[in-house]
Amino acid sequence: MTHQDTTLNRPKTQSTSLLPRLPALPLLPLQPILKRIVRRIGAENPDMFNRLGPHTQARFLIDATNLPFTLLLQPDPKNLSLTAHFRVSPPENDARIAGRFLDLLQLLDSDIDGDALFFSRDLIITGNTEAVVCLRNALDDVDGSIAQMVANMFGPLGRAALARLRRVANKPYLKAPR
Amino acid sequence: MTSPELVCPAGTPAALRTAVDAGADAVYCGFQNATNARNFPGLNFTVPELERSVAYAHAKGTKVLLAMNTYPPAGKQTLWKDAIDTGIRLGVDAFIVADIGVAHYIATKHPAARLHLSVQAAASNPESIRYYCQEFGVKRVVLPRILTVPEIRSLAAEVPCEIETFIFGNHGLMVEGRCSLTNYISGLSTNLDGVCSPAAQVEYIRDAAGNVSTQLGEFTIDCFGCNETAGYPTICKGRYTTPAHDGGYYAFEEPISLNLSPLLPALIDAGVHALKIEGRQRSRAYVKKVVSAFRKAVDDISDGRTAQLADLLALTEGQKETQGAFKSKTWR
Repeated sequence: MTHQDTTLNRPKTQSTSLLPRLPALPLLPLQPILKRIVRRIGAENPDMFNRLGPHTQARFLIDATNLPFTLLLQPDPKNLSLTAHFRVSPPENDARIAGRFLDLLQLLDSDIDGDALFFSRDLIITGNTEAVVCLRNALDDVDGSIAQMVANMFGPLGRAALARLRRVANKPYLKAPR
Repeated sequence: MTSPELVCPAGTPAALRTAVDAGADAVYCGFQNATNARNFPGLNFTVPELERSVAYAHAKGTKVLLAMNTYPPAGKQTLWKDAIDTGIRLGVDAFIVADIGVAHYIATKHPAARLHLSVQAAASNPESIRYYCQEFGVKRVVLPRILTVPEIRSLAAEVPCEIETFIFGNHGLMVEGRCSLTNYISGLSTNLDGVCSPAAQVEYIRDAAGNVSTQLGEFTIDCFGCNETAGYPTICKGRYTTPAHDGGYYAFEEPISLNLSPLLPALIDAGVHALKIEGRQRSRAYVKKVVSAFRKAVDDISDGRTAQLADLLALTEGQKETQGAFKSKTWR
């Protein structure tokens, strides 16, 4: 199944004032970094692919709705792929997982429950639900924090950036009422 | 006051370790097949995973209860028997069963094994519970979520086994163990296949205004406006149009979670031996927050202090919570 859903009209309910304002940067320099990240995480956690069942070929559009680009994940253990795409030209995908950047970060940080985000309508799932459930369970069975693993790849600078993002994410006053 | 056992969910090995580390007295989990009622894609344990998990839990003094709480269809009993034999080999501390054939197999082939009667058996009166105790040696019954605290107190005085009650999580009552709603649409059974609203048949469709329709198979079972909270895609919590009501109507149950934190002292005083947290399908973040909160509350109560429970509303289905029938038979 190919899924195309690029709309997200829900009003923003979280300030992005403490996030860096990202200009429309060229994405080319980002691609090798993303490739390195996803392959390192995959190499360090090979068991997680077992939970994907028949969905290792599925294309997941990871849409941090307050960033200027989207990510496409294909969790094929033989050819892991994570690529960035301009929002105006999203790639074909089988499922879309959308939410604010800090919410998605907290999911990867194992600091927030995905179902709770779904209940509060802060997480949007469209497309192949079973594939998304498998991906969620695969990532959740990774011990520790995937966000921390990524931060560690970039040394002290990465850890400092994650620490700052965590502080922003945990400031309740930044979360406006629905 | 006797401290009750805190029984916590584990959908993956990482979740099990999280529950153990957060203070679970026991964790419950299942294999990756139809032998348990959370047979969801990507969830549950392989045999090697359970073997390692039992070792981890036991090393920290936590029991492992194996959910074997579905009903084997005719001709397919081997799957359940093999799972039971494997559970015995791995040293699980108890089996949670619903079907009398499964209970009989354990009681006869593995008479030393400890049996807990699942909520899926829907045993809610002293006569039926005593039957399970006498015939199969059941040591604990998990009560359906339909009894008030005074009723639980009365029942506890009349049955020869321990009592376990849910305290947090799913509030899908229906007729537990006998609900067939999902079969009509999906062709799969909660009780036989272990899956309610299979994810492969669920689709969320979002319109341009931000409203989300939940579809199960060919049927729309709810539509959440852009400012409404959402629930699980189960038929029992669907919203339907009926001639008797204006607009959509939750004909069976609402998206809402059970939270009995205010009733913990009363439940313990009523003779409840074990307190169960629902949510094997939930994340490690849920397990950590809920188990930690109830660990502290139970310890406070056991030590004679007033329990201070963390706010768990954000984790509840539909962001709403209820004490359900435990507080009043007329909770709706």
